[in-house]
Amino acid sequence: MSTAIVLPEALKKMGFPRLIISGFLLVLFILTPFVGVDLPTQITNIINRFSWNAVLVLAMVPMIHAGCGLNFGLPLAIICGLLGGTLSIQLGFTGPMSFVMAVLIATPFAVILGGGYGLLLNRIKGGEMMIATYVGFSVMSFFCMMWLLLPYSSPTMVYGLSGNGLRPTISLDGFYNQTLARLLEIDFAKIAAALHISLGPLERIKIPTGSLIAFALLAFLMWAFLHTKTGTAMTAVGSNAAFARAAGINVDRTRMLSVIMSTWLGAMGILMYQQGFGFIQLYNAPNNLTMPTVAAILIGGASVNKASIPNVIIGTILFQGIVTMTPTVMNSAIHMDMSEVIRIIVSQGMILYALTRKAEGAK
Amino acid sequence: MTNNVNPLLQMQNIKKDFFGNQVLTDINFTLGEGEVLGLCGENGAGKSTLMKILFGMDVIRETGGYSGDILIDGKKVEFNTPFDALEAGIGMVHQEFSLVPGFTATENILLNREPCKKNIVSEVFGDRLNTLDYKEMDRRSAAAIEKMGVAIDAKMVISDMPVGHKQFTEIARELSKDQLKLLILDEPTAVLTEKEAEALLESIRGMAARGISVIFITHRLHEILAVCDKVVVMRDGYVVRDVPTRETSVEDITKWMVGRDVQSAAVGEARTNDGGRTILSIKNLWVDMPGETVRDVSLDIREGEILGIGGLAGQGKLGIPNGVMGLYEAGGKVEFNGQEIPLNNPRKCLDSSLAFVSEDRREVGLLLDESLEWNVAFPAMQIQEKFLKKLLGGFIKWRDEKGIHQVTQKYIDELQIKCTSSKQKAKELSGGNQQKVCLAKAFALEPKFLFVSEPTRGIDVGAKALVLEALKQFNRESGVTVVMISSELEELRQTCDRIAIISGGRVAGILPAAASSEEFGLLMVSQVV
Amino acid sequence: MSRKTNLPAGKRALELVQNNAVPIMFIIICAVFIPMAGFSPSYLLNEIVTRMGRNLFLVLCLLFPIMAGMGLNFAMTLGAMGAEIAIILVADWQIWGIPGVVLAMILSIPFSALLGFICGTLQNMAKGREMITSYIINFFINGWYQLIVLYIMGAIVPIAHASIMLPRGYGIRNTVSLLNMRQCLDDLLAIRVAGVKIPVFTFLLVALLCLFIVWFRRTKLGQDMRAVGQDLEVAKAAGINVDRTRIISVVMSTVCAGFGMVIYLQNIGNLPTYTGHAQIGMFCIAALLVGGASVEKAGIGNAFLGVILFHLMFIVAPGAGAFITGDSMVGEYFRVFLSYGVITLALIMYEAKKRMVRSKAGQELAEAQTKKEDA
Repeated sequence: MSTAIVLPEALKKMGFPRLIISGFLLVLFILTPFVGVDLPTQITNIINRFSWNAVLVLAMVPMIHAGCGLNFGLPLAIICGLLGGTLSIQLGFTGPMSFVMAVLIATPFAVILGGGYGLLLNRIKGGEMMIATYVGFSVMSFFCMMWLLLPYSSPTMVYGLSGNGLRPTISLDGFYNQTLARLLEIDFAKIAAALHISLGPLERIKIPTGSLIAFALLAFLMWAFLHTKTGTAMTAVGSNAAFARAAGINVDRTRMLSVIMSTWLGAMGILMYQQGFGFIQLYNAPNNLTMPTVAAILIGGASVNKASIPNVIIGTILFQGIVTMTPTVMNSAIHMDMSEVIRIIVSQGMILYALTRKAEGAK
Repeated sequence: MTNNVNPLLQMQNIKKDFFGNQVLTDINFTLGEGEVLGLCGENGAGKSTLMKILFGMDVIRETGGYSGDILIDGKKVEFNTPFDALEAGIGMVHQEFSLVPGFTATENILLNREPCKKNIVSEVFGDRLNTLDYKEMDRRSAAAIEKMGVAIDAKMVISDMPVGHKQFTEIARELSKDQLKLLILDEPTAVLTEKEAEALLESIRGMAARGISVIFITHRLHEILAVCDKVVVMRDGYVVRDVPTRETSVEDITKWMVGRDVQSAAVGEARTNDGGRTILSIKNLWVDMPGETVRDVSLDIREGEILGIGGLAGQGKLGIPNGVMGLYEAGGKVEFNGQEIPLNNPRKCLDSSLAFVSEDRREVGLLLDESLEWNVAFPAMQIQEKFLKKLLGGFIKWRDEKGIHQVTQKYIDELQIKCTSSKQKAKELSGGNQQKVCLAKAFALEPKFLFVSEPTRGIDVGAKALVLEALKQFNRESGVTVVMISSELEELRQTCDRIAIISGGRVAGILPAAASSEEFGLLMVSQVV
Repeated sequence: MSRKTNLPAGKRALELVQNNAVPIMFIIICAVFIPMAGFSPSYLLNEIVTRMGRNLFLVLCLLFPIMAGMGLNFAMTLGAMGAEIAIILVADWQIWGIPGVVLAMILSIPFSALLGFICGTLQNMAKGREMITSYIINFFINGWYQLIVLYIMGAIVPIAHASIMLPRGYGIRNTVSLLNMRQCLDDLLAIRVAGVKIPVFTFLLVALLCLFIVWFRRTKLGQDMRAVGQDLEVAKAAGINVDRTRIISVVMSTVCAGFGMVIYLQNIGNLPTYTGHAQIGMFCIAALLVGGASVEKAGIGNAFLGVILFHLMFIVAPGAGAFITGDSMVGEYFRVFLSYGVITLALIMYEAKKRMVRSKAGQELAEAQTKKEDA
């Protein structure tokens, strides 16, 4: 997973923008000791944020493979996850059980909504990305109403005064906050204490093993799927739909499957995000994750119609690296917090670059 | 025509090759002012390439230009773009319409040449803000339509027009150009009704009378006889005849078009198989394939034979395999081994052991961005579950990379596919090698029946021979029935046992491969639409 | 242009309804909501007139890229950003009233034109997906806008007046007060009819733009733009410089959007520095579509009808929502949902229509054959 590749051909393959971003991150890393920022804390942050976001980024892969483009309709998938999470709490589950139930409840929603979404995308081949964007918005704004109108009653979630309508931010303490992250967590401070030795700055590193294993499992399943008969068909559909059709593949059904997979992974992704972050965010929040997620997989080396698991991993690390490092390092260095602006320019610039690349324009 | 004046157009020793593939050799002819020249020849004879050279199309320059001279009014010219040709007074009506659908006939006739009036804004911001002079536009388009001599509604929007009127709008557009001296019409009557075609011929005569020269390309030979002053017949990149029309006939022209001497034509070892069992029976097939419409085709194919399907471009020969294999919308009845195969469902055809090598290599035939291994093994994997390892009792079907590699390597060796390795991407191969990959893909399916569409289109001579030989071998050794569709009659005669000629979307006739070229030629033009 | 008029009346009416499904739907929604919201007619009328003056100019600027076949210009926001930079500078120079507005408009031209040029160039690189590209450009340029306004202004570009600067010494405040140029255009020549204030001068400006659009369609450039919009290849073959024409259409759109934004801001009376432009594109596009426009065809009438219907819905939705559910937030979310929904619908109809033309020819062939067999 090393991004510091020395070979010139490899550099060329990485592409110009990726090079700049990696270089930028590298500079940030080098700067850390000089501006008095604690490197181990930063690394812990990056690992943590990686564990929150990686599954969401992974959710981009099936749709890209099947030629449905970048999934700007991610809010739809997130809504499925939100339904799973909120219903699990509403039904009274607590602790790790609430996470299991959230996964179980989110799944049928993902299959049904994803199926409908797939049906729609099959009717508008060629215009997927723009329509996905607005399907995401529409569904999200529809659910803004639903969060107010659905008969939720769990006192941890609804507005305290009126007693109905979900709050915009719901704390997951007592539910599935850190459920996976705490599983087999490696905390160097505790190890040091147990062994009665000092590990120095290493003691500030914590690794959320459970979350990483969960991601690794899903990524492995994705990788394995792409090596099966159906997975091969999906890649072929994305590579050349006419070829696949002539080879007897049901293109529409394959695309539909990819959309359902993407939606389900997106739902899992937001649950992973919530268990790491510790809060459920409703209303317009789902939209905030779309662009960073799309940008992450592109930064990782994916294009509009090709993506792989390494793209997901590299992209998430690079993007989250920039998100975590820029505010602290730049703030300490020049006392100006430009991180938000840099994040916008980097992520949108990356998407723009992918959209305007010539080789991908002709379809 | 007086002799002391230079003729309008002289073509002298025009030569053109596409990457070593000679397509035009020593083309010479002249065309006088007000003369109508009929240009005919089979597809691939070089007519379109010649016209592209004359019209300065980009593709000529991009593929290395041409040699020889074009003289207009005795002066040597060199057109780098179609706009240069337009400037010099050459107009061309292409087979594909080049009209803006939402504009009226007038707006299309004067597209980008609209008469304008100056105004205050345009004085400051430049000529593009001149206002259109609608009155003058109407006048000019009316004049052009008048010149053409066929009445069309100048105010009608193109998308509402019948197809013939679109064609006339294009012609009127060329006529509205004042400098027009020479008009090239590329199969203009193909989309016209009989009456409209009649009117067009009349209009051509009118143009000639006004001193405009016309090059008229058509497969309808009687039209040439009706309107042209002279006929130029091309074959295999040569001009084989250049004669005054009154000295010739449809039979003569047909013979020149297709006829190499019958003795010299290397007819392959064609077999007669009259008693053979019918393996595939096509009844009343129609196919909606744009540009290759099939109407009511019935055809029986015998087990073990190689049947050729020939015909001129656009007559529907390509529609047959594409329709049967479910790639374009089709209707009718297709029976394979006595069992009906549902149409519009590629999967069902493949399941019945039919295979298809598409004429469209890049769009349909290949996964350009994937490895050769994927290209060769993919259909066999998906249809017949070959190259898969079953895990967990068949629940998981895992790709067998080793098996895929082996089969690809086998075909790379057998078909002599030139590549760096079986992992190379298909898009990096040359046309001939790509075609071999397409064949390998079909062979890997081990079909009982194979459709091969234009197997030699756009590939060099060496690869051509190899591809045809591979097909023959596949037929002889594996007993596979092959239907080969090709525009090149000679190639069909070398390879096939029987040849069906499609004309006007229908079967014009079926002849043994040994039949004479004239017979084939007459069938080809018999029902041309 | 000739139109088929020999259809039976019933079928024509049906076609009319089909072709105008979206405006009819909004008329029904408004008809149901207005009584529920319980606003007085004069209040509604006043609001609508104000909002027409405020938004029409912005909506009209969307027509140029549609004419050139580039679809809905989500990047019209670029013009708004250009205007905002101009207005910040004008506010800093303390030039108020009509001169301030005029100066802001003039000053916005180079910014908007430059941004429009960038946008058009990028869209030319992404033919076939202009809309998603313009949508992303909008966010991308927003990043640069923030960089300039939040970090460069006051730090590198001198800003004289602390009143518009963040207390930290550089960057512009979240809100810049434009009290001194508030409604100065609207008040010019304004008349009151039955308690409804009509901003005559603003309407005159809108009318001027409409006239310009009508006139522009009749110019050579307008004709070229329409040709490019209908068929890029044909236009290219006829010798029209397609890329340049497309860029011009985007530049015209952004420059007009810049003017529109100045009109918008003088009406509001303050500049929400970082959020002012964010939703402008979405609301203008939704309004145009509500007026019955589609991705490839839009006219001045669509803009007028759209602004009226969309904003009527916008005004009454919270009240109606409160009436139905007892929670005014539901109505607010509902109107956002409708805005997104109408754009989604228009995009889906546009893409689906592109694919519908197929299969018609097949039916004809089958018919021809059965006819022959019958005979």
